[in-house]
Amino acid sequence: MAIEDDVLVIGGGLAGTTAALAAAAEGAQVRLVTHKQSTLRHASGLIDILGYTPEGDGPIVDPYEALAALPEGHPYERVGTDAVRDALSFFDEIAGDEYAGSHTEANALVPTHGGTVKPTARYPSSTAAGLASLPEDTLLVGFETLSDFDAPLAASHLEAAGAPFTARGVTVPFPGIVRDDAKINRYAHLLDREETVQTGAGETSARDALAATVEPHLEGEPRVGFPAIMGDEHPAEVRADLEDALGVDVFEVPMGPPSLPGMRLEDLMYDALKDAGVRITSGVPVVDYERDGGAIDHVLVDRHGQEIPHRADQYVLATGGLVGKGVRSERERVFEPIFDCYVPHAADRYDWFVEDVFGEQPYARFGLVPDRELRPLDADDEPEFSNLRAVGAVLGGYDYAAEKSGAGVSLATGYVAGGRAGAEASG
Amino acid sequence: MSDAERPMDDHVPGEEEGFEPIQVFPEAEEMDLRPGADNCYKCSTCDTNCPVAEVDDEFPGPKFQGPEQWRLKRQEDHDIDDSVMKCSNCMRCDSACPSEVPLSQMHNTARAEYVEENMSTFSREYLRNRMLSNYRTLAPLAATFPRTANFVMGLSVTKWMGEKVLGITSEREFPEFAKTTFREWWSDRGGAKVENEDKRIAYFHGCYSNYNTTEVAKALVRVYEHFGYEVMVPEQACSGTPMFANGMLDDARRAAETNVRELAAAIEDGADIVASCSSCSMSIRQEYPELFDFEGTEEVAENTWDAVEYLRVNEDLEGALEGTEVEDANFAYHAPCHSRNQGLDGQTIEVMSAIDGIEAEDVGKSCSGISGTYGWKEENYETSMKIGEEMFEHMEEADATTGLTECPTCSMQMEHGTGYEIRHTLQVLEAALLGTELEAT
Ligand SMILES: Cc1cc2nc3c(=O)[nH]c(=O)nc-3n(C[C@H](O)[C@H](O)[C@H](O)COP(=O)(O)OP(=O)(O)OC[C@H]3O[C@@H](n4cnc5c(N)ncnc54)[C@H](O)[C@@H]3O)c2cc1C
Ligand code: SF4
Ligand code: SF4
Repeated sequence: MAIEDDVLVIGGGLAGTTAALAAAAEGAQVRLVTHKQSTLRHASGLIDILGYTPEGDGPIVDPYEALAALPEGHPYERVGTDAVRDALSFFDEIAGDEYAGSHTEANALVPTHGGTVKPTARYPSSTAAGLASLPEDTLLVGFETLSDFDAPLAASHLEAAGAPFTARGVTVPFPGIVRDDAKINRYAHLLDREETVQTGAGETSARDALAATVEPHLEGEPRVGFPAIMGDEHPAEVRADLEDALGVDVFEVPMGPPSLPGMRLEDLMYDALKDAGVRITSGVPVVDYERDGGAIDHVLVDRHGQEIPHRADQYVLATGGLVGKGVRSERERVFEPIFDCYVPHAADRYDWFVEDVFGEQPYARFGLVPDRELRPLDADDEPEFSNLRAVGAVLGGYDYAAEKSGAGVSLATGYVAGGRAGAEASG
Repeated sequence: MSDAERPMDDHVPGEEEGFEPIQVFPEAEEMDLRPGADNCYKCSTCDTNCPVAEVDDEFPGPKFQGPEQWRLKRQEDHDIDDSVMKCSNCMRCDSACPSEVPLSQMHNTARAEYVEENMSTFSREYLRNRMLSNYRTLAPLAATFPRTANFVMGLSVTKWMGEKVLGITSEREFPEFAKTTFREWWSDRGGAKVENEDKRIAYFHGCYSNYNTTEVAKALVRVYEHFGYEVMVPEQACSGTPMFANGMLDDARRAAETNVRELAAAIEDGADIVASCSSCSMSIRQEYPELFDFEGTEEVAENTWDAVEYLRVNEDLEGALEGTEVEDANFAYHAPCHSRNQGLDGQTIEVMSAIDGIEAEDVGKSCSGISGTYGWKEENYETSMKIGEEMFEHMEEADATTGLTECPTCSMQMEHGTGYEIRHTLQVLEAALLGTELEAT
């Protein structure tokens, strides 16, 4: 017996979870199989549509306007601008008030932990009070034990970048943390759980202690920015308590990987999957498949040695790029490991990258070539299978890192492919 | 560098010029994991999944315990850091790592090396750990005199002695010993009731369902016989899970040798292996082939299944459950870490949804915190309860006062933290398919 569903999504990153939700919204019984953790844990949690053009121009003010100029084969060109808008609305409904930015089509500018500003379409509500376009003086607070965020440096970078306000940074100890390489979850846990901590003034709760540490450094700034470690389960509550205690707006500055806002986004998506009745099998990879003519009959999931058949009408491949392991490289070739879908690349591996690490890397664009239905095409431009679609970073033709388009492409392609797969399977 | 500020190159270790692929696993028996450390690109995903690091910042986390420690060892003659004994062996880091670093294998070997080289065999800690991990050798004694054992274990003076002399926390209730062990019940019953050459399973019951929660083991037998299986109950030793977690690799090896031999023989007789405890199946499926290479280890690993998973794949379990009913049963379900690692975290909820009258709510992804013998140690008790807090809260928020899980120690923790009675999925299947009462364990 195979385990059977209408739609099977392979890969549980932003693209896969979106596809699964879109398919479930069409009434299909959906299963999502995912192996390791996705790049959501590294991601800043910002939803970028397009921050820079493929030529590197930007920051872009209106991403939708810029979509029209993208080259043929770019995932956005494949699905079309309207689908990108619809996908973002779909996301807005899932995210509810956990995300902000839907009031305008223009990109927002979010200050990051290095003191640069990043153009993005949606941002966690926890960062909303910190937008660089708000002309309010800002105090940034860093912690002695958290070397990833140098608040004074970030503040001076912000000012140098022409922010319309004054920014100052201070570095303070984090009450309750002793170890200088404590994990970010440890900080978040202390605040979430309101653990009791020792301070000079005796024992207090973690949030009170933090507010008391920061208070003397305020010089009338109406907003204070902390690195994004302010709670995991209850970030809104943590922020509200700090705002009450300090009497100012509090916001989070997105951090590098691993990133709590990315993890919260992951939780958001997985909670939505649970509510939508999507079945989730995680911790195990899809390793192989059986064909039935031009279609996939079933795939095999490796559960520690046993290969368990999983069958569906429609399949969505969302296994990520080189990081997610959806596209792999060996010395001789670049390939897609489950279905061996066609991945165009230069024959000589020395043409896969350029010397300058910040140069435009050809390998950044490696990936599958889809038709407008998002079915991956073989070398002759024919769909590899009639019932397979591909979404997110496994697709080629774009460089999400340079364009700042990762989450947007995942949402748009996941939404389109998941919706079509769901409609076909249940229709 | 972060994507938040600068273009991220989708960098894969190994793409740079001059890179030579390194053989990650030279020879299993050498267990030199240093080369595997090179796969780590320091993304810290493992660290953000470690339940111990989340509540105790003195624990340096899996990235340090695994790849960094092995890397240090390669450079010079470094001792294993004693913090490795604070790892609970939940193996969450293992399934988190996007880069195929064999974290739990590294931890298991590091722990063994630490115990071998840095822990005196006369120390209280060593004795205590040895005793806890060899629960199986003490249990038969207790099982011979279950009343006495239950009485003595419950005495406050025994608990006090346990804590003061052995470092076993007095906060916990010792699990009750069954008056008749599962194996005794099995032989009194005259063994299998169904004979079937074509459908045969060998049951790895593990220690706990033999000596303590015998109802789980009996439920397995009845459910499998209901589907027409011939059940075999081969000789067996402890799965080794508590021994790995305590760095008692020699003890684990001895136990594994017996198990591999007996289970391989059952496979010869045409059986597949099924286990009802998620740590037992994890151990046989993953840790055995990672750590040992007795003849047949791979074959045994490949033919071992979780008991419910086996029925789902080989029978139409959900079809058989259509139309069955269990009266008004609400459960708060916790997926054990060792089920998650096997891709089984969603299974119980899916299966339960086929039975009428049952509401089973998943209480989320947090670790229960007990991790076998870990939470029994006086020095870990507080950490263990802090980790469990989130699960307790979610259980209490759920619309149920009975817990459900497949791991015996998770169920102890669930009961300890909430006072709920806890059931095993197999018991619910038994009630649905055979109309029996849902018995207490
Ligand atoms: C470090 C980093 C930071 C980023 N930051 C941002 C950002 O700030 N903003 C932004 O918009 N974008 C960002 N991105 C990009 C963005 O996260 C990705 O482009 C995009 O979301 C890709 O998602 P995905 O779902 O396609 O793939 P992934 O997130 O890579 O997920 C793929 C999933 O598939 C699973 N998988 C792989 N093979 C199998 C298999 N055989 N069987 C089952 N499962 C399998 C993997 O385990 C993984 O869970 C970042 C990317 C990285 C690497
Ligand atoms: S096994 Fe669990 S406790 Fe040990 S390092 Fe890994 S995640 Fe942490
Ligand atoms: S998750 Fe894997 S690659 Fe990342 S730091 Fe941990 S061991 Fe290294």
